[in-house]
Amino acid sequence: MSNVVLKAENIAKQYRLGQLGTGTISHDLNRLVAKLRGKEDPYLKIGEANDRSQFGGSDYVWSLKDINFEVKQGEVLGIIGKNGAGKSTLLKILSQVTTPTTGQVKVKGRIAALLEVGTGFHPDLSGRENIFLNGAILGMTKVEIKSKLDEIVDFSGVAKYLDTPVKRYSSGMMVRLGFAVAAHLEPEILIVDEVLAVGDAEFQEKCLGKMKNVSGQGRTVLFVSHNMAAIKSLCKRTIVLKNGETYFDGNVVDGITKYLEALNPSINKGAIEKHHRTVNTGFVFIKSVSLENEEFANGNSIYFNNEIGISCQVEFLKDISNVLFDIRIMSADGIEILHSMNIYENNFVDVKKGMVNTNVILENRLQPGKYFITIGVHLSDGLTLDYLENILEINVLNVAKNNQKGLIYDFKLGYVRPHATWKIN
Amino acid sequence: MQKKEHWDLTIKPHSKWYDLRLGEIFRYKDLLFLFVRRDFVSVYKQTILGPIWFFIQPIITTITFSVIFGNLAHISTDGLPPVLFYMCGITLWSYFSDTLSKTSDTFTTNSGIFGKVYFPRMIVPLSVVVSNLIKLVIQFVLFLTIWLYFFVKTNQVHPNGTIVLIPFLILLIGFMGLSFGIIISSLTTKYRDLKFLVTFGIQLMMYASPIVYPLSIVSEKYKWIILANPVTSIIETFKYAMLGVGEFNWMYLGYSIAFTTVLFFIGLIIFHKVEKSFMDTV
Repeated sequence: MSNVVLKAENIAKQYRLGQLGTGTISHDLNRLVAKLRGKEDPYLKIGEANDRSQFGGSDYVWSLKDINFEVKQGEVLGIIGKNGAGKSTLLKILSQVTTPTTGQVKVKGRIAALLEVGTGFHPDLSGRENIFLNGAILGMTKVEIKSKLDEIVDFSGVAKYLDTPVKRYSSGMMVRLGFAVAAHLEPEILIVDEVLAVGDAEFQEKCLGKMKNVSGQGRTVLFVSHNMAAIKSLCKRTIVLKNGETYFDGNVVDGITKYLEALNPSINKGAIEKHHRTVNTGFVFIKSVSLENEEFANGNSIYFNNEIGISCQVEFLKDISNVLFDIRIMSADGIEILHSMNIYENNFVDVKKGMVNTNVILENRLQPGKYFITIGVHLSDGLTLDYLENILEINVLNVAKNNQKGLIYDFKLGYVRPHATWKIN
Repeated sequence: MQKKEHWDLTIKPHSKWYDLRLGEIFRYKDLLFLFVRRDFVSVYKQTILGPIWFFIQPIITTITFSVIFGNLAHISTDGLPPVLFYMCGITLWSYFSDTLSKTSDTFTTNSGIFGKVYFPRMIVPLSVVVSNLIKLVIQFVLFLTIWLYFFVKTNQVHPNGTIVLIPFLILLIGFMGLSFGIIISSLTTKYRDLKFLVTFGIQLMMYASPIVYPLSIVSEKYKWIILANPVTSIIETFKYAMLGVGEFNWMYLGYSIAFTTVLFFIGLIIFHKVEKSFMDTV
């Protein structure tokens, strides 16, 4: 017997763009006519993939399309994707807040979704009253809540304020109380959406621990987050969504790499498309970014321990003084590792209108693997003029250039290997 | 042959119209009572008079009606003390109108919770019915006190055996308010036009019910309009049972019962159809 507890079959969700109002009633009538004649909904045929940066011809858009997956009992599945990839829509369908347009989801056992902490909290009621209310909204019975009340209060750490109306709570206390209730739900399948983005570091740690615990008890968890470190530590398997479709389904490390790749559609040498720019003021355009590479012509690989040279062509449409360049390197699992600005080494520069060549050479202590480079141009007061996030991918090889000893640096822990002096007596 | 796998739940675009999942409502009964408690406790928190407001509302309405319809317009009260006559109608009517107006925006006011957690949506309007019922009981006690005063002091009040119907009348009018409410709330998720008619409609319906006037003064020509109003027979029966005036007719009451039953089922089906996808249109 299979132990699949959740099965999504071909689920898709269509949304109508723009305002509801004019034209809606005529569409509704067209639908009704089609239905009465026993035909398919005429608006299901149209609609296009959800790429928000481009204008489409149709008023309807597929926010999710052809999503298929199975989750086994006890599995912790991470769902990642950039904003608008369809994560929230998927969660809404799984938590029965809305229905899919087509397809179906089959579930074994009780399913509870945590799309928000403290749903239904009433500001005038006391902490205790809200524990009961919130618990009941999440599907617990009064008896269940009563038996866990002490644990919940203990976990939340707000025992002292239990009989104070929650409107007097700090937002952190509110969140902690909300999570405490949710953490004591005992469904067979738990769906969690980014609740870890709230609360202080200590509380986040506690939440992660609790979630690990939950999965340890043989329960299934679906976890959605932008926090790659959390995904990595919790999940073994991950699904990457991109424009409403499954982009990747498999082990977590590959998934995170795929996700970061999806974030930066690899650029052709020199040409930077409009959609790469996350911020732009219109005065400054970075025209090209490339890795200065003698060994691998135009490639993205560099030897272990070799300096990283990056050169950019930047076009200034007017004279700008006090310009600041900045470069960041992020690891394949989404952690920022290095940061450098020209002002750390020299001063602000004044730039004249026209093309400017910028070169930076970074000392390389990176461990072998994939890294992503972000380039930005700013004003001295912090105003960003142009910003290209994860624009270039580099691959640090596991061999050094002057590899006299024939060492292969395959053993990898952490991100950076420092110069070290060992004395062993 | 392979054994068919068992799934506890299937989330799919459409379900059969009769698949109302009523069993779930029972499973969430604790939530219903917690909602009732929340509504009840939160309304009068941070007020000085607290639950006394439950009494003040009908008293002020009764005084207003006595002055305007009794003293100024000189509308007959079937020979009864105006205070008793108006309060009798107001008590039952306000249960109906409060239930209707508060259930009629179920989806719009609760979209915050509904967008985050699933539970049978019907719990919310049902909790409104129950919390208004508690309010009715409190106001009924007030009415009984005044009623008792006139019963002892004067001989204008003639209660009779129909009094046993009162719990049933309350149930009936409550469900009628609920049915209207859930239909309106379902219809307003996409097109909000109807919302503007609710307050107006309730007011109109009140004047089409024998509350500020007795049915006996309505001319034959217009009586059918008043009788077509399903609330009329319930209010009339209530007045007849408590005060001994007005008309009691099984046929009229039967009409109200049939009306409510049909309306309630229509409401359930529409509400259930809307609750699954209203988040996309609200």
